[in-house]
Amino acid sequence: MLKPIVTAKNLTKTYGNIQAVKNIDFVIFPGQCFGILGPNGAGKTTTVAMLYCFLPLTTGKLEVLGMDVTRDQREIKKRLGIVPQENNLDQELTVIENLIIYAGYFDIKKSAAEKKALALLDFFNLMEKKDVDVEFLSGGMKRRLALARGLINSPEMLILDEPTTGLDPEARHIIWQHLRLLKQQGLTIVLTTHYLEEASQLCDQLFIIDQGVIIERGAPQELVEKHIGKSVVELELPVEKQQQVLENLRPEINGHQLLGSTLFLYINDEGRNLAGKLKQHPFISYQLQRPANLEDVFLKLTGKGLLNHE
Amino acid sequence: MNRWAIKVLWRNMVVFKKTWLTNMTFYFIEPLLYLSAMGLGLGAFIGEINGTSYIRFIAPGIIASSAMWSASSESTYGSFVKMHYQKIYHAMVAAPLYIEEVVAGEILYAVFKAVIYGSIILLVITAFGLVSSAWALLTPFVLVLAGFVFALLGMIWTGLVPKIDSFSFFFTLVITPMFLFSGVFSPIDPFPGFVQAAAWFLPLYHVVVLLRSLASGDVGLFLLVHAGVLVLSIILLYPFPQRFMKKRLGL
Ligand SMILES: Nc1ncnc2c1ncn2[C@@H]1O[C@H](COP(=O)(O)OP(=O)(O)O)[C@@H](O)[C@H]1O
Ligand SMILES: [Mg+2]
Repeated sequence: MLKPIVTAKNLTKTYGNIQAVKNIDFVIFPGQCFGILGPNGAGKTTTVAMLYCFLPLTTGKLEVLGMDVTRDQREIKKRLGIVPQENNLDQELTVIENLIIYAGYFDIKKSAAEKKALALLDFFNLMEKKDVDVEFLSGGMKRRLALARGLINSPEMLILDEPTTGLDPEARHIIWQHLRLLKQQGLTIVLTTHYLEEASQLCDQLFIIDQGVIIERGAPQELVEKHIGKSVVELELPVEKQQQVLENLRPEINGHQLLGSTLFLYINDEGRNLAGKLKQHPFISYQLQRPANLEDVFLKLTGKGLLNHE
Repeated sequence: MNRWAIKVLWRNMVVFKKTWLTNMTFYFIEPLLYLSAMGLGLGAFIGEINGTSYIRFIAPGIIASSAMWSASSESTYGSFVKMHYQKIYHAMVAAPLYIEEVVAGEILYAVFKAVIYGSIILLVITAFGLVSSAWALLTPFVLVLAGFVFALLGMIWTGLVPKIDSFSFFFTLVITPMFLFSGVFSPIDPFPGFVQAAAWFLPLYHVVVLLRSLASGDVGLFLLVHAGVLVLSIILLYPFPQRFMKKRLGL
């Protein structure tokens, strides 16, 4: 049995009288890509900031790399890579200078730092921008540089706080490709996100957090199968007709959820019987059958969408 | 204050190396404007103070005040931008540095700037023949003390203020009065007794006395008292910026 790389017990964080993280437990094993999925304000940043020894815990116990975060902060931080939610690159320095200066904080010698920096710039396709000041990079490039900086000390665990938030879809996919490669190399990755697609594409294990509480945990696909099933049919129909339609369809579905005027039906088969029955209801203005996903899990558990707060 | 703080200083010096030319001219022109406008203009009417020409009297004070301005603006506006807008402190504390070391490194950088800018003014006034004693070679040591005092005062403010606009209070209420009442432009003797007594609590006053004595060669053991006041201020102020910054960032 592998030893956990992170063990959190009864972890709580309060800011004044706001309880941002409420008594959460989790373990992360080496080699995993571990996700923390939740809407804005759920407590994701707070949780990872405690992991990388930035914020002190209010109560609870947190061990990272076998060390206590309240004691061995410098030792832990030497062996972690951090990509924070808000870019905090050195705006006035060039791309390569950013990496070399940051390497200095880890006591990496200049020549070794240069070698590592060049390898990382190559990996993240930033070689052409090597001598450009950071302020002139695009959002996606800045994010890649932040990732490169997070890897400068060859960390045992990489912590990413919303790695693709605010990026356009293309830039997001490029980041995902890089993360998959890192995962293949066996790097332990912890990432927070409010994109279900990001969580399901990258994470082996995750927990879903809402208002500082873990509401569910497991492998993405397992969670979807457990709570939803195979696919979801989305229907758009007048609110007053919803009960009548539900009664009629109940034998064909596993469950359902209402969000405004949209009705989500959970099904475990191909949905042929359902499709037949739906034809009987002409007032359905929109219908779509698609594979079930983590967003459906979140919706079912909380009654709201993941992007609700944006 | 340790080798980790030096890494923060080094990071800042790398940025400084890229921008020193614009920075320097900015900090350089203003003191020279004061020196020429007051020294030559006002000096023509004033004649001599205690047997020294007016321009020669104020020149060391200009060194002192430029050290004060550079250390305090670096540790207020400069540090606030790094801490609040660029989130550089966050990046450093996510690396193996403690916030105390980051703050110490920032203070060292403000000291560095005070020494650089003050020394350049010294070179200029020496070139104009306004320095009459080799004791002036000790100026950089005084600038280190001055740099620490003003960097600490600035960092305390940075650890407390909500917004960058709040620094104007610091400059209006602390730095400008210090600039005007510390004996840069005139001896403090004509001021009422309580102002003279208050001057003892103005760090810039002690810096001015020290630099003026070194420049004129009028040195004596009394200078150790002035240096002692500065050292004592540094010791007393030292813990506060780190404490306030730690609290401010919730670390
Ligand atoms: N420094 C802070 N002071 C006060 N409240 C905070 C602070 N940081 C976060 N919070 C609050 O704590 C909660 C969790 O925030 P956060 O961890 O940033 O969530 P997430 O990263 O999931 O969006 C939110 O309600 C947020 O407003
Ligand atoms: Mg966040």
